[in-house]
Amino acid sequence: METTTLVSSGLDLQASFVDTLQGLGLSPGAARLLWLPLPMVTVLVAAVVGVLVNVWLERKISAAVQQRIGPEYAGPLGVLQPMADGLKLVFKEDIIPARADGLLFTLGPVLVLVPVILSWLVVPFGQNLLISNVGVGIFLWISLSSIQPIGLLMSGYSSNNKYSLLGGLRAAAQSISYEIPLALAVLAIVMMSNSLSTVDIVNQQNGAGILSWNIWRQPVGFVIFWICALAECERLPFDLPEAEEELVAGYQTEYSGMKFALFYLGSYINLVLSALMVSVLYLGGWGFPVPVEWLAGWLGQSVDAPVVQVITATTGIVMTVLKAYLLVFFAILLRWTVPRVRIDQLLDLGWKFLLPIALVNLLVTAALKLAFPMAFGG
Amino acid sequence: MTLASTIQQLCFLVLAAVVVVGALGVVLLPNIVYSAFLLGGVFLGVAGLYLLLNASFVAAAQILVYVGAVNVLILFAIMLVNKKENLAAIPGLLLRRLLSGGVCAGLFVLLLRVAFTTHWALPGPLPVGEEATIRIGEHLFSDYLLPFELASVLLLMAMIGAIVLARRDVYSSDVITGEPVDQGLIEKTRTPLLIDPSATSAAGAQPLLETTP
Repeated sequence: METTTLVSSGLDLQASFVDTLQGLGLSPGAARLLWLPLPMVTVLVAAVVGVLVNVWLERKISAAVQQRIGPEYAGPLGVLQPMADGLKLVFKEDIIPARADGLLFTLGPVLVLVPVILSWLVVPFGQNLLISNVGVGIFLWISLSSIQPIGLLMSGYSSNNKYSLLGGLRAAAQSISYEIPLALAVLAIVMMSNSLSTVDIVNQQNGAGILSWNIWRQPVGFVIFWICALAECERLPFDLPEAEEELVAGYQTEYSGMKFALFYLGSYINLVLSALMVSVLYLGGWGFPVPVEWLAGWLGQSVDAPVVQVITATTGIVMTVLKAYLLVFFAILLRWTVPRVRIDQLLDLGWKFLLPIALVNLLVTAALKLAFPMAFGG
Repeated sequence: MTLASTIQQLCFLVLAAVVVVGALGVVLLPNIVYSAFLLGGVFLGVAGLYLLLNASFVAAAQILVYVGAVNVLILFAIMLVNKKENLAAIPGLLLRRLLSGGVCAGLFVLLLRVAFTTHWALPGPLPVGEEATIRIGEHLFSDYLLPFELASVLLLMAMIGAIVLARRDVYSSDVITGEPVDQGLIEKTRTPLLIDPSATSAAGAQPLLETTP
């Protein structure tokens, strides 16, 4: 689309960093090598801090929904409560049940967490503010999230507990069922953007601010994607793998201490990641509701001026995080609004309702793209 | 040797070791669950090799299809039919093992000979990198259209076969409401599949797709 030409290259931290180090007399290769770990560590820290914020929000919003106060004594407004939770889990005894398979029992939570963290590779916070703008972008996220069921099956099987095994099987079945409508909803977006790269998908939405966001062109896809994302994260109303009145805690039943914390961390990182993906795919990613280029133009500033670039990048990060946490807020509200579905209702919803609707959505998008190439990214 | 090529060599060695050792484990381990999990590891290793060859789309597709779908289905099958039973002793097991080992070794020697005698530096088009996705799409919809469509027909056949196999035992009427159920699709004239609920005891023959409440 022609809008991509309007977008400035934005802040390029890598180039500046490498230039600075070369100015200090390092070779280009060494400077790049020093740069490599920085974005990874930053994103990892951001993900973990995001989880802490998420846990606090979950506690506070849940409390507000139920007309309680929630955590109050650990720090102001209870902001240190998630830290206390984490510390408690670190100091707990690590128990491996009798006759369980110790190796698989340990490997399971790791296999659940690692793909989720790897997926942060493609989450963009700005034009150049992501770890790697790989060409397969969003497809990488989908394929990485398909590794997770193996970890769930592994931990369910190795726990030597019938509830764990059932929970693991349910989790894998749910994950597989909802992967397909999710991928089809993403495919419709990819078709409109002509690219799998997350950066291109966001750029294609930022021609006219809020009006050009994909949510207006893909309302059905947005709903499908959000439902599937909730199901992939095992959030209520789809938290059947750990439905407490049926399966104790599903595949996590036998876990304690740090291994349980890995599941906990994984599910919350996944929730934040899914919310970020919704904001990237449908809500214009780092885009401000009014394009920053227009604002700079009205204020008589050049988009390439260093101060404007820093401000643009900061607004980008703030907007991405804001949109994501708005969606997390809705996910928490949904948790206390919608009752849990049964496992057969869950699979019916996935296969008999969402899958056909997603297919129709894809076909309609293709038809609209052929009919109105201007509006649907021809 | 530069840093980049050293790291590439290291990655290749590690991935190749993972694939070879994992594949040996899949074949040789007596515990079938370990074999299935190791198979997933082998698939991931192969995806890593693709990634090393700059084929990121193929790598992602490999993970999605083989690890995310095929391997999970294999695990599902193993865990749903996980009966711990001692298999009956097979007569002449040692001879069988020796024979199959000999066949495998022969095949390995043959492959090694092919690998060493072939002139591998084939002249080909330049690697396209990130453009590969577009190139694959173009090929699938032009000169590889027929194989692509045939593969989809094959998958459709497999799917219909799976449904017919899974729904072998069906009632001619709904268990709860008693209304007649139309199962004409899988009904055959010579071998009637539909069970009359009054004729059989309802306890033994639950339909397979029905989940426990």
